[in-house]
Amino acid sequence: MSAVTIDTPATAGAAAAAKRQRKPVKPTDIVFWALVAVLMVVTLFPFYWSLRTALSTNSALPANSTGLLPANFTLSGFERALGMSSTEEAIAAGGSGAEIDFVTALRNSFILSTMVTIGQVLCCAMAAYAFARLRFPFRNQIFFVVLTALMIPPIFTLLPNFLWVQERGWLNTFQGMAAPRLLMTPFAIFFLRQFFLSIPREIEEAASIDGAGRFRTFFKIIVPMAASPIATLAVLTFIEQWNDYLWPKLVGQDESVRVLTASLGNFRSQTPQGTPDWAGLMAATWVSALPILLLLMLAGKRLVNSIQFSGIK
Amino acid sequence: MTAGRPTRDVKQWMTAAVFLAPAMVGFAIFYLRPTALGFYNSFTDKELLRPEADWVGLENYRDMLDDDVFWNALKVTVYYVVVNIGVQTICAIGIAWVLDRLSGSRLMRTLVMTPYLMSNVVVALLFLWILDFRLGVMNAFLDWIGIGPKPFLSSKEWAIPSIALINVWRHMGYTALLLFAGLQTIPKDVKEAALTDGCGEIQRFFRITLPLLRPVLAVVLVITLIGSFQIFDTVDVTTEGGPVNASRVIYVYIFDQAFGRRNFGYASAMSVVLFAILAVVTIVQMRLLRANESDLA
Repeated sequence: MSAVTIDTPATAGAAAAAKRQRKPVKPTDIVFWALVAVLMVVTLFPFYWSLRTALSTNSALPANSTGLLPANFTLSGFERALGMSSTEEAIAAGGSGAEIDFVTALRNSFILSTMVTIGQVLCCAMAAYAFARLRFPFRNQIFFVVLTALMIPPIFTLLPNFLWVQERGWLNTFQGMAAPRLLMTPFAIFFLRQFFLSIPREIEEAASIDGAGRFRTFFKIIVPMAASPIATLAVLTFIEQWNDYLWPKLVGQDESVRVLTASLGNFRSQTPQGTPDWAGLMAATWVSALPILLLLMLAGKRLVNSIQFSGIK
Repeated sequence: MTAGRPTRDVKQWMTAAVFLAPAMVGFAIFYLRPTALGFYNSFTDKELLRPEADWVGLENYRDMLDDDVFWNALKVTVYYVVVNIGVQTICAIGIAWVLDRLSGSRLMRTLVMTPYLMSNVVVALLFLWILDFRLGVMNAFLDWIGIGPKPFLSSKEWAIPSIALINVWRHMGYTALLLFAGLQTIPKDVKEAALTDGCGEIQRFFRITLPLLRPVLAVVLVITLIGSFQIFDTVDVTTEGGPVNASRVIYVYIFDQAFGRRNFGYASAMSVVLFAILAVVTIVQMRLLRANESDLA
């Protein structure tokens, strides 16, 4: 729908540097730099504040609720979030005694996100290749129907899908939690099809003259050539699954399969009265955000560049 | 057509079938089937945990007309969408301008995207803490500048604006990046011509750049609006629809009916209505903003 260029405006930065020259400070510049400063503070402060809280002692928080440094520095918040302290210790540290052991949840989130990422990217790459390169009846019509599904609100399909999973006895199982996205999402097919369309046909023709079948051509030539967009899609899929809340909350309430988002989401309802264990909770949110921040550091460029693409999403 | 052609075609169809099979099985089971069933269930008295269901015609839709909570949910959702999209779009335009001036610095683009990559649950919890009535730093700040503390997430009055602004924080950078991608498509000479005509920089942005950005803005608005209508996670984590029904948005109400009261038929009928609303919003917006025409053409 919108711009479908994946090109990096990296060259733009160099051009700007060349253009940069001393100029008198204009009112616009002041507005600009003020905006930059506000933007950075607004974006970073919540992250910093939760880290500051995670490193604080609960009992010291009321007396020191505004200091920029942790109130009575301690790592015990992280210890509680990672299940390294007993329930009694947690209660003594100002916790409600509600379970905030997120180690199992962390493991479950990894299992679920990895499963969905591998399944979805593999199946969608194959389907996208068929839509981009193979000839078969009603190809464009089928592709159009798949794209239309992007407009269906998730809750619409969620209700019947829940019944389907329930009828199969898949509640509280990984296959039940993974099922709806394990094989495809319309976006993934759309995303990869664009790249496969841009690979020159001559390359495949050369391969077919060499006697390589379609499957060999796909796995030995097309997939390596599209490694970069496939990696981008894998990162996007992983993050989306990692952050998904409603479906895992419905299907995987049992502690053995419950993922991070569902465990964190339960937290508030588990401590209706009294003061929650804020330090432990903020430590837990950091634990759950950390893998994403790591991915952002490793694949930030990919993620940022994929934005131009995801206009359709 | 040569004699060998049909067999080669059939062979390619077979290959295509194998390539498509896994994804299309997923599509059939988790997209096509539930879409059809969603419409069908909306005409039945389907309940969770009860296998048989009877056809009730339009009863669910008639019930909706008399359901005050449903109408309230629509009202609350629209209120949320207006605050959320209004503030978010203005912020995003500002950020897009900043990014444009920085020539899309990678560091800045990564920074503004970070909140969007955090899960709704994490973001909701961060702000549950920051906006806490007693200990939250926001109220300490408001106290300090002389406004006095506000019961952000625990009052009827503030619940929806608070949730709307929490999601502005999460989405404004992402929205700005979408707009920025659109800015890149505006030819440099158009901008420079405006500059030589004596337009100031800010004037140029509002009078030349933004109007040229209209088709992109239209698409971005449609995407963000559709997302905004489907607010659920943040409400579920922070207020669970309360106080009373003050933040019971349509998604939360559908969820309550389906899983709290097991009225699957009724919940399905409401999701049909939501689906219809989103379709209408999309069409109207594309028309109003004439998204298909570019002024550059």
